[in-house]
Amino acid sequence: MEQTMTETVDYTGMWTDLGINLPAHCALLNAIPKMYADAYLTQDARPEGMKYFDFVLSEIHGLRIQELVDHKLAGGKVVGTFCLYVPEEIIRALGGVAVGLCAGAEWGYNEVERVLPRNTCALIKSFMGFKMDRVCPYVESADLIVGETTCDGKKKAYELFSEMAPMHVMELPQMKRPEDRTLWRSEIDRLVTRLEELTGNKLTVEGLRNAIREVNGKRRALQRLNAARAASPAPISGKDALLAVQVAFYDDVPRFTQMVNAIADELEARVRDGVGVASADAPRILVTGSPMAIPNWKVHDIVEKAGGVVVAEEMCTGSRYYDSLVDEDAPTVEGMLDDIASKYLGVNCACFTPNTARTDDILEMAKTYRADGILHYALQFCTPYQIEAHTVERAAKDAGIPVLRVDTDYSTEDAGQLSTRVEAFLELLRAVRV
Amino acid sequence: MRVLGLDIGSRSVDAVWLDGGRMVRREIRDTGHDPLAVCAALIALDRHDRVVATGYGRHAAASAFGATALTEITAFALGAASLHPTAAAVLDIGGQDTKTIALGEGGRVSDFEMNDKCAAGTGKFLEVMARTLGFSLEELGDAALAAESGVRVSAMCTVFAESEVTGLLHRGEDRGRIALGVHESVATRTLGTLARVGASSPLVFAGGVARNPAMVRLVRDGFDGEVLVPDDPQTVGALGAALHGTAES
Repeated sequence: MEQTMTETVDYTGMWTDLGINLPAHCALLNAIPKMYADAYLTQDARPEGMKYFDFVLSEIHGLRIQELVDHKLAGGKVVGTFCLYVPEEIIRALGGVAVGLCAGAEWGYNEVERVLPRNTCALIKSFMGFKMDRVCPYVESADLIVGETTCDGKKKAYELFSEMAPMHVMELPQMKRPEDRTLWRSEIDRLVTRLEELTGNKLTVEGLRNAIREVNGKRRALQRLNAARAASPAPISGKDALLAVQVAFYDDVPRFTQMVNAIADELEARVRDGVGVASADAPRILVTGSPMAIPNWKVHDIVEKAGGVVVAEEMCTGSRYYDSLVDEDAPTVEGMLDDIASKYLGVNCACFTPNTARTDDILEMAKTYRADGILHYALQFCTPYQIEAHTVERAAKDAGIPVLRVDTDYSTEDAGQLSTRVEAFLELLRAVRV
Repeated sequence: MRVLGLDIGSRSVDAVWLDGGRMVRREIRDTGHDPLAVCAALIALDRHDRVVATGYGRHAAASAFGATALTEITAFALGAASLHPTAAAVLDIGGQDTKTIALGEGGRVSDFEMNDKCAAGTGKFLEVMARTLGFSLEELGDAALAAESGVRVSAMCTVFAESEVTGLLHRGEDRGRIALGVHESVATRTLGTLARVGASSPLVFAGGVARNPAMVRLVRDGFDGEVLVPDDPQTVGALGAALHGTAES
């Protein structure tokens, strides 16, 4: 890796082999570095360790894809996912590599709107657009895509997606009663069967335990990184912390864990020395809501450029991803699968009803991270989060925490209005403090 | 200490000069196509020790003239609370956006809502409707006041509402009744937003659209409580900006 940082490698051959639409892909690859530079490289006092992520982003469709291709050449499989409910432990235990798929940018909408209604959420339109235009090398290198029935939009879009790529859809229950746990546990078994067929491998106690430990290690590293954000001044920007979780979905697990632990070391030292990325009086914001896939940094960017600092994310690209671990001690494969099932069903997504535990999590996090205000972020047409915003807002206000509700998408057409609302919210938070 | 507050909006640039906290001058200019030139002319009009800018052009003015930037929400809250110390809420309908603000103790913003993307329910909406009906903005308000009942205009989007109004004209509906319907549509939407932020009485109605007598009447009729309209509703934001500068120094 050290050597490649200074070399420019031509990946055109690899992309051609994967069937990528080269001209469109080229346009995409020209756009992302500009967005990244504007959002990330303009920041002051970034942790040294974030250089790793600069490198990862510069090789987002290059070196990492090369690693996946090499893995496939060695007989391994690549499994694409859209959601954190798909257990990475099982994929790894069977010798597969799990990768999160592209879904964070407005791409190929003209094509997409021929098959999907215009008023579909940006995330769904985006993953359909990346596939229809053949610009996501992750999805093109995947041997199987595993979806889940989290929301109606995704569920129905997967029917169309499965016409373009091999797909397995897990039925995620929408309640958490004993019978739902039974259903979910059987869905885990169904996934195991499908992945055993795909990889030709069988789950073993040792293999599954190692995978659980590895993925737990990744989550523990993210827990450490995020724990440091409770300090004031915040030792890392929200944007950088968000990026770490976004990258967790597709990076090599042991390497990622090592790099994030190194950043956590650095942040812990910063906290000891009182070093921060924002002044101690910058309003501290907790962001909660719909997931933010790369390169969706819009809300964090607006908040932090307006003088606030995001100190935590209660979202799938945030605490829901790393907060809970899978028990490592079960003696049998069945026991480990039970533990995997209950860990994942414990995640509080708005697709569940009721989902009061999410509100409890938010209030708890607001306290832990000393948030001055909560920004509820929902993608437009993401009905579960848009409706749940009301419950969250009511509970937060009862607890004396101001809330700003933002319903938006991946476009920049509302950036002006959004900036004004965010700036006014920060002014409100500063005034409350005085 | 003399502070100049500038509210650089989509339709007008409003200026208020405060000397030791007392208003000594105010001016209103059309924004036109070159807002910074309008600001520069206003800045050159009179002396000041510092400038605080609010409105759409606040950041541009901050970089061009070294002004302090403040959002319209905080500025309108400060301005309204200074004119009416008992104010509990503020409604500002401007050229391109509508803000509803709930005030807490000491006139501080406790909650607010603002239209997030389009110009539905703003001064722009009324302007487009006036043009479609062949009225000037003043005539639109007067015609609405004179009408006995309004025709329901259901489209919120300015573009769709324009087609709807054109359709009503073709059906031979009375222009005055349509004018009232247009105002009612804006008022209904606005009152809904006021309810969402939990606006309580008294409410200060500011912004350019507060000069429209039909809107004032409809907001008064629909709001549960007292509605106060400042003498010069358009300069409340500029006043708030100048007050912010005075308080900070």
